Amino acid sequence: MLREEGVVILMTQCDDNLTYIIGDGRVYTYRFRPYDNLLCEFLNELSVELRSSQGAFEYADVMAFAFWCRKANIVKCKTDFGGTNESRLGLGNVFHVTPSNVPINFAFSFAFGLLAGNANIVRVPTKPSPQSDIIYKALEKLFSFDKFLQIKLMTTFVRYEKNDDITRYFSELSDARIIWGGDDTIRYIRNISVPERCTEIVFADRYSVSVLDVNAVMALSRKELTVLAEMFYNDTYLMDQKACSSPHLIVWLGMSDGLTKERFWQALLGVVKKKYQLDMINAVDKYTLLCQNAMDLNHIYSVRRYGNWLTRVTLNKVFDNTDDLRGQFGYFYEYDVSTVNSIAHIINAKYQTLTYFGVNKYELLDFVINNHLAGIDRIVPIGKALDMGVIWDGYDLVRSLSRVIDLK
Amino acid sequence: MLKLNKIMDMPPFSLNRQKKKQVFGDLLFELTKHHYNNCQEYHNILDVLECNPLSKINVKSLPPLPVRLFKDNELCSVERSEIIKTMTSSGTSGQRVSKIFLDKMTARNQTQVLTKIVSSFIGTKRLPMLIIDSKSVLKDRNLFSARGAGIVGFSMLGYDVTYALDESMQLDVDAIEVFIQKHGGKNILIFGFTFMIWQYFYKPLLKLGKKLELENGIMIHGGGWKKLIEQAVDNDTFKSALEKICMIERVHNYYGMVEQTGSIFMECEAGYLHASNFSDISVLGADFGECKMQERGLVKLSSLLPLSYPGHILLSEDIGEIIGEDDCQCGRFGKYFKIHGRIMNAEGRGCSDTYDSV
Repeated sequence: MLREEGVVILMTQCDDNLTYIIGDGRVYTYRFRPYDNLLCEFLNELSVELRSSQGAFEYADVMAFAFWCRKANIVKCKTDFGGTNESRLGLGNVFHVTPSNVPINFAFSFAFGLLAGNANIVRVPTKPSPQSDIIYKALEKLFSFDKFLQIKLMTTFVRYEKNDDITRYFSELSDARIIWGGDDTIRYIRNISVPERCTEIVFADRYSVSVLDVNAVMALSRKELTVLAEMFYNDTYLMDQKACSSPHLIVWLGMSDGLTKERFWQALLGVVKKKYQLDMINAVDKYTLLCQNAMDLNHIYSVRRYGNWLTRVTLNKVFDNTDDLRGQFGYFYEYDVSTVNSIAHIINAKYQTLTYFGVNKYELLDFVINNHLAGIDRIVPIGKALDMGVIWDGYDLVRSLSRVIDLK
Repeated sequence: MLKLNKIMDMPPFSLNRQKKKQVFGDLLFELTKHHYNNCQEYHNILDVLECNPLSKINVKSLPPLPVRLFKDNELCSVERSEIIKTMTSSGTSGQRVSKIFLDKMTARNQTQVLTKIVSSFIGTKRLPMLIIDSKSVLKDRNLFSARGAGIVGFSMLGYDVTYALDESMQLDVDAIEVFIQKHGGKNILIFGFTFMIWQYFYKPLLKLGKKLELENGIMIHGGGWKKLIEQAVDNDTFKSALEKICMIERVHNYYGMVEQTGSIFMECEAGYLHASNFSDISVLGADFGECKMQERGLVKLSSLLPLSYPGHILLSEDIGEIIGEDDCQCGRFGKYFKIHGRIMNAEGRGCSDTYDSV
């Protein structure tokens, strides 16, 4: 049932360049408590719908999203959130500017905004993708149910080419604005102002690193090593290392052991050859980067190429601009250390995810805390680098997108 | 320094596979050593790729430099004081341009070799020449673009050089007609860039309903097909359109990199691009292994001309296909091939550029 107090906003500034994928140009601003039962139920049904959608199984990212919004996970998120949801309400309208190159990202962004109790205006990629079509279809189906009418009225998905007038229009309506990077985009959109009380969440360009314990890798059986390599593959090659949380720098902890490292990379190579589609352009990009590095860097210890599948550049020093070293399509920088503290001096605010294997996660947390580091917002096992969640990039999104009512 | 005299004196398409392997291979090897010893950046790259040209290795395993490197770096194998010209690729505004540094010897070789190669198609006599461009392209001679360089280079092959476009890129019909009348009955060399010819010569003529009598014309054009492919114009369309509007039957496309100016690949009478004695081509797969004949892949180009910068072996971003070697119907020796456009931009993944590219 639509509540009386719902505010109707008419988008008078309708433009030929603007397409409503979901919604009809009216947004009902309405605020729920974070994790309100209706919201949880909606996400669970979305999960069920997606998992039974035709063709959805082919898309690992759609399945990952469906898996994330299933009941058990949302209940867990709610439990982790604690009892504080009692004195919180969503901020109101959230305007999302989502990226085109991670097809499923807009769905997560929407789900976070919704879970926090908000109405959402989501700018979706203009580039069509089968993944987004699957999501739109599932949402449309859910919105045909009366019980979700209210959520339907609170939901708008728009598609438009870069257009400052439209962006300004939506920005002026927002109580929160979320911009999924890169840095240039953030800088650009920030010139378009939002209301004074508006919360802004931006996901800037980040850099990620992986730490592996040499002894732990050495102890792995052939089979276990393959599993690790597959996990590592998912963190990196799956997104061509272009996701912010994909590692570029691989830090080996412990005694330098060339043989163990070689074993690991060979295992990865096996996975890559089986799963990865090596495009000509990627091969050229990788080769070009290596040539460029050869000219620019004077701290390369060695280079090892496994055809055009995999490139390893071993460094004999790391500097505080290490986050400029970004590989793509399976291009990694390696560095040996005896203690993880040896890389503390390179960690700046750009660092986002630290993936680990064979290292105690609490030691890694201590490493960040005790060194008072500006960066590293996520410490997750290898294989989980791309796993999205309500806590992302150092933000607790449900908290950031809701307000606290101080009650004494 | 490299001695090109030996092959300068031969006809430009005279080396068969066996001879080329030896003569061209030795010279390319010498050239690699020269750049290795004189360009620090090139030296570092070869070191990282574990290629030592000072030891005897297979010419085929000499690594190519990706053309993009010339956009981001200033690569030079001679003292800066010896640079007499800096050439830039004609990038559209906002794009980074390649910078190519020429010393006297390289510049001279470029002109000589270009003349030699083209003479195989138009003869050794200079011809009256019509350039389908505007004179204004040549204004700044010190820092000049690939377009300007092409015009300057080719205009050596002609006399009574006449520009078909005025300063504002408008077709100068009067000048063209005077030129045609003056040289009626003689062979005429017509030069221009593929897109310019289409956009500023063919299209205006079509619009005016004007037909020119250039049946004695030999047209040579290059510069890439990117913009024309967007308009669905391919080589065949281009040729038949020009024949209709100005009776030109002899139209030769050429292919080449600004980094290897001079040693261009000309399209022969049978419709194939040809490597000359001064250049070579191979086609690579995604693993950089050599493709078989008639298999499409990434084009790698070699040229004996670049002395002042390490552009002698390049990895292009073009897709090509070698049709054959030494046995083209046109009678020229060397590899002959086709170009099938650029490598496709792979799907962008990751989390950047939400605004522009969405």
